[in-house]
Amino acid sequence: MSGISQEDVAHLANLARINIPTDELGHYAKQLDAILNAVAEVSSLDTANVVAMSHPVPMTNVFREDIPGVSLTAEQALSGAPAVEDERFRVPRILDEE
Amino acid sequence: MSELIRKDASVLAGLVSSGEVSAVEVAQAHLDRIAVVDGDVHAFLHVDTEGALASAAAVDAKVKAGEKLSVLAGVPLGLKDILATNGLPTTCGSRVLDGWIPPYDATVVTKLREAGVVILGKTNMDEFAMGSSTEHSAFGPTHNPWDLERIPGGSGGGSSACVASFEAPLAIGTDTGGSIRQPAAVTGSVGVKPTYGGVSRYGIVALASSLDQAGPCARNVLDTALLHSVIAGHDPMDATSINAPVPDVIAAAKRADIKGMKVGIVKELGGEGYQAGVRTRFEESVALIESLGAEVVEVSCPSFPAALAAYYLILPSEASSNLAKFDGIRFGNRVGDDGTKSVEQVMSETRAAGFGSEVIRRIILGTYALSAGYYDAYYGQAQKVRTLIKQDFDAAFAKVDVLISPTAPTTAFKIGEKLDDPLAMYLNDVATIPVNMAGLPGMSLPIGLAPEDNLPVGLQIIAPAMADDRLYNVGAAIERELLAKWGGPILGMAPELAGA
Repeated sequence: MSGISQEDVAHLANLARINIPTDELGHYAKQLDAILNAVAEVSSLDTANVVAMSHPVPMTNVFREDIPGVSLTAEQALSGAPAVEDERFRVPRILDEE
Repeated sequence: MSELIRKDASVLAGLVSSGEVSAVEVAQAHLDRIAVVDGDVHAFLHVDTEGALASAAAVDAKVKAGEKLSVLAGVPLGLKDILATNGLPTTCGSRVLDGWIPPYDATVVTKLREAGVVILGKTNMDEFAMGSSTEHSAFGPTHNPWDLERIPGGSGGGSSACVASFEAPLAIGTDTGGSIRQPAAVTGSVGVKPTYGGVSRYGIVALASSLDQAGPCARNVLDTALLHSVIAGHDPMDATSINAPVPDVIAAAKRADIKGMKVGIVKELGGEGYQAGVRTRFEESVALIESLGAEVVEVSCPSFPAALAAYYLILPSEASSNLAKFDGIRFGNRVGDDGTKSVEQVMSETRAAGFGSEVIRRIILGTYALSAGYYDAYYGQAQKVRTLIKQDFDAAFAKVDVLISPTAPTTAFKIGEKLDDPLAMYLNDVATIPVNMAGLPGMSLPIGLAPEDNLPVGLQIIAPAMADDRLYNVGAAIERELLAKWGGPILGMAPELAGA
């Protein structure tokens, strides 16, 4: 497990869609490096024969009755949207121009 | 200041149901208290005066009509600002949700409303519940009523502080790694994280879905049990909700008899790294438990020292995924949409402007831990450690009925002291985190003041899954003895707030 560089932070921030200013990347890299060093302790235990656990209560296929109920109206669902047009969420450009 | 604000929730419910005091009077007394002291404490992000008085009036109408009331009808409550409330702002302490008003209620909120509990407003918290001090709220920190220069714990510092400053007798918190129990410990109040799946997560903004659990906060064990009984139970809207009867926590809080029980001290949670006064009060509690006829033994949970590390991989991983929805498209604020930018650019600007530094740190960390090439070494390994922690608990509960430890390694620290040192901040939850990893119920109970700083110390009690009632039985037995020793509730020793 290696350290984390400013370039790594910039790449991860891009993946996570967070526009971190260039002059803050170094500070984050330093803190994240210290945290990663600390959490590397997970490798200190012998887990060769241990099954990973994703959830405290083992459950599979939880079903409920398929009964029609009341749901939000379009107006309610759009009530918190930052931009709305024609009863739809209005979004910024999603395709590059031709 | 009205005497009503110092009364227990159980007493207030009795006064309201008998018609001796109206629910409106009770609500107004607490709203008045908030008006006087919350400028200093800052427990609330939003106070709903109109809604509180209206729901109180509805309870009074039922009293007049002779209708049967729930155990907490007419009792005021502070609600952590992470639970969706129809028509009331819900910010999660984040700028990205500033001004958002949900169109629906969380199941916990629905249950509270049906029970006639009077919601006074929304309480402050670390942004998206990430923190142990409430300093990471975008709207400014909450102050500990014991010393306004100190933190009230976190992430649910608003909930603990509103209870400890007599702004509300009850509050709802959420606990992912200790966010109900650690705030309770450092404010001298009681807080319970129920068994995972015991209380519905529907309508609660998710931090780490496999760890999050809502629970009750109050000033004594019985009030905490009453609130627990109101909010718990199976919910078809939450697929992880446990479909089983709620343990009888009220009866357990009234039983308060631990004669013949076996209590285990977790060897790995205590000792080095724990403040001297915390250790002193903990050791006194052990002696007290023995004097009540319980047998105390030491048990070892060898994988616990790796729990903090595993938690700070699992939590950021789940959080980085859960918080992807805050992108300025369907709700919340949008930044930079001037018509020229792509959706990716607008999302990136929205999230940079909307999230604080701790949230950004954890999202980046989670994104890293889930990356191809690192997944097995970090997230996968952390999940295996989680299994070992659960196995340690299973082995311990084969020998004892409940486990105990200090709730937090120190008393409340000064605001600003650990703000830019994430690792030091993370250590606050070293004793509470293993409980979330295994999905178990845990309580923090006030056990006195540390001699060196006169600040509250909490005892953590841990029970097996769906044995939440044991927490209340043990907690109430210890509380009864301590109340007799102190001559009254611990919060009676807190300094008067200047505004009052």
